[in-house]
Amino acid sequence: MRSEHFQHIEPRAFWALLAFGGAVTLAGLGAAHTMEVHGHAITGMTNQVVWGLPHVFAIFMIVAASGVLNVASIGSVFGQSAYKPRAPLSGLLSLALLAGGLMVLMLDLGRPDRVIVAATHYNFTSVFAWNVFLYSGMAAIVGVYLWTMFERRMNRYSKAAGIAALVWRFALTTGTGSIFAFLVARQAYQSAVLAPLFIVLSFAWGLAVFLIVQSAMYAWNGQVLPEAVRARMARLLGVFVAAALYLVAVYHLTNLYFARQGDFEAFILLGRGDPVGVFPALFWGGYVLLGALLPMALLFHPRGVGPNAMLMASVMVVAGAFALLFVFIVGGQSFPLEIFPGHEVTSSFADGQVELYVPRWPEWLLGIGGLGAAFVLTLIGVRALDVLPHDELKP
Amino acid sequence: MSKGSTEALAGRRKFLGLAAAGMGGVLLAPGIHLIEVAQAATPEVTSKVRWGLLIDTTKCASGCTDCVSACNSENGLDPKPSPTSAQWIRKVEIKEIKTGRQASLPVMCQHCAQPPCVDVCPTGASFKRADGIVLVDRHSCIGCRYCVMACPYKARSFVHEPLTDQKPDVPRGKGCVEGCTLCVHRVDRGGTPACVEACTKAGHEAMLFGDLNDPDSAISKRVREVASRQLRADLKLDPGVRYLGL
Repeated sequence: MRSEHFQHIEPRAFWALLAFGGAVTLAGLGAAHTMEVHGHAITGMTNQVVWGLPHVFAIFMIVAASGVLNVASIGSVFGQSAYKPRAPLSGLLSLALLAGGLMVLMLDLGRPDRVIVAATHYNFTSVFAWNVFLYSGMAAIVGVYLWTMFERRMNRYSKAAGIAALVWRFALTTGTGSIFAFLVARQAYQSAVLAPLFIVLSFAWGLAVFLIVQSAMYAWNGQVLPEAVRARMARLLGVFVAAALYLVAVYHLTNLYFARQGDFEAFILLGRGDPVGVFPALFWGGYVLLGALLPMALLFHPRGVGPNAMLMASVMVVAGAFALLFVFIVGGQSFPLEIFPGHEVTSSFADGQVELYVPRWPEWLLGIGGLGAAFVLTLIGVRALDVLPHDELKP
Repeated sequence: MSKGSTEALAGRRKFLGLAAAGMGGVLLAPGIHLIEVAQAATPEVTSKVRWGLLIDTTKCASGCTDCVSACNSENGLDPKPSPTSAQWIRKVEIKEIKTGRQASLPVMCQHCAQPPCVDVCPTGASFKRADGIVLVDRHSCIGCRYCVMACPYKARSFVHEPLTDQKPDVPRGKGCVEGCTLCVHRVDRGGTPACVEACTKAGHEAMLFGDLNDPDSAISKRVREVASRQLRADLKLDPGVRYLGL
C-alpha cells in the first residue's frame, strides 16, 4: 500500500463532486426556506397526510445510519477481520446519514426556527423526545468510536466503543420503529413487531448503502474488493434482506388475522378503496419484487456474485426501501381513521376518504437535499480522513 | 480626607442609593403589575372541575352546520375550508353499512383524560389543563405533527399558511398545530363554547356543556339518566365528549 494511495479521490473529481453535492444540498435548503415562507400549503401534504415525502427520506437515512454501523460492529465487536478495515468508512457513513436525515426532519418542521425549543423542553412520555437523546447520543458515540479507531493510543478502547455503539443503535432503531409502534390511533401502526422490523430493515439498508459507497470509492481509487470479502458481504446482505422480508410478512399476516384490520390490509395489499392503486404497486412491485426478491436472486446466485451484480442488488435494496417507507408512512395515513367502525362516513374534513397524496417539488428537493448533505459529508470525510479499506490495488 | 469631603461622599452615596432604589422600583413595578394582571386574567383552574360536552345526535340535523359556523367566526377560522385549512369542528354524516341507519354529528377534540396527543408531544406543547381541557401552547409547538398522527379523532389541524386577521383571544400561527380549545377564553369568563351557544340559540338543543365532576350539573344528570357513549371507547382514553343516540 503506497501512502499516496490512501483514499485519494483525484482533486479535480473531488471538487466537481463537492460542487454537485453542495448544489443539491443548497437546493434542499432553498426548498425548506420556501416552505418556511409560504407554509406547508405549497407541499402536497394536507391535514390527513401530515408526514409526507420528507419523512420517507429522513427515516430512510436515520434507519440506514444505524444499520451502516453494522460493518464496524462485525469487525470490532465480533472480531471478523475482513470487516475491520471497513469500520472507519462505516462510522463516517453513519454520521453523514444521521446528519442528512436529521436535516430533513428538522427543516420539515412547521417551526424549524424553534429547534432550540425542542432541545430545551422535553416531555419524557414522547418517543420523539427520547429520539432527540438517541440521535445526539448516537452521533457522540460514533464520534468517539471513530477516534478510538484513528488514534493509535486509543485503539485498545475500540472494542468497548464498538459495543457501546452496537447497543446504542439497537436502542435508536427501536426508538425509530416505536415512533409508529406507539400510535394507537391508526390501523397501520400500533404493532410491537415494528421495533424489531426497523432494526432488521436497518441492517439491510445500511449494508446496501455501505456497499454502494464502497463500490464508488473503490472505482475512483482503483481499488478492488477481494473476492472472498465480496462473497461474504453479498451473502450477508442477502440474509438481511430475507430477514426483513420475513418480518414484513409477519407484520401483514398478523394484521390479516385480525378482522378489524381486514379493510386496511385490503387497501395496502390489494388497493381496495384506492382509485390509483399506488400502494399495492409500490408494495409488491417496489418493495417485494425490486427491493427483496430480485436482490436475493442476485446475491444468492449459485454462480456467485460479481461486483456489478452486488452493486445492482444494493441499489435495488435502497429503491425498495423508499417504496416500503412510502407505503408504510404515507399509506398508513392515506387510509382513513376508523372513528365509526362499520359505518360509511363523510365530512368536510375528508373523514372516511382515502387521501391521494402527491408530493410536490419542495418535498422532493428537501428530501434529495438531505441525501446531498450526507453525500457532501461523506466526500469530505473520505478526503480528509483515512477511512477507506486498504484492499489490494488494481494491478 | 477632610470632614467636608467625607460628608460630601456620604451624601453622594445616599443619593446613589436612593437613585438605585428608585430605578429598581421603576424597572420592577411594571413587571410586578403585569404578573398581577396575568394572574387576574386566569381564574383558578382545578381538577375539581371536568369540563365536558354531551351531544344528542337525535337532535342534530343532517346538513345543519350552525355549530361549525359559530366556531369558525369565534376563533377566526376559514369559513370555506380547503384541504389544508384548519377545522376545529366538523359535521360528520354516518350510515351504518349493515342496517342503513343514518346519523349526523359534530366531531371535535374529545378532550380526553388520557390524551395521546399530550403523550407524544416532544416539547410538552400539547397539554391538558387540570379541568380537562386539552390545549396547544403556541409558544412551544415546533410543528412536528406527531400529535396529528396520534389523535384517533382527527381533531388536530396543522396551520399550512400564513394567517392574518386573528382574534385577540385566540392566538394562532403558521407552522403550529391547533384544535378545539372548548372556547377556553369564554369558559374562563364563565361562558360556554361558541358551538354550544349557537346550537342552543337556534333551538336545536343538541349540545350540552358542563362540569362532569359536579353531580348536580345538567350534563351529569343527563349522562346518569340516558345511555351515552364515547367515540373509540375501546382505546380507554376517557374523552370528555359523549354522544347520545349513536
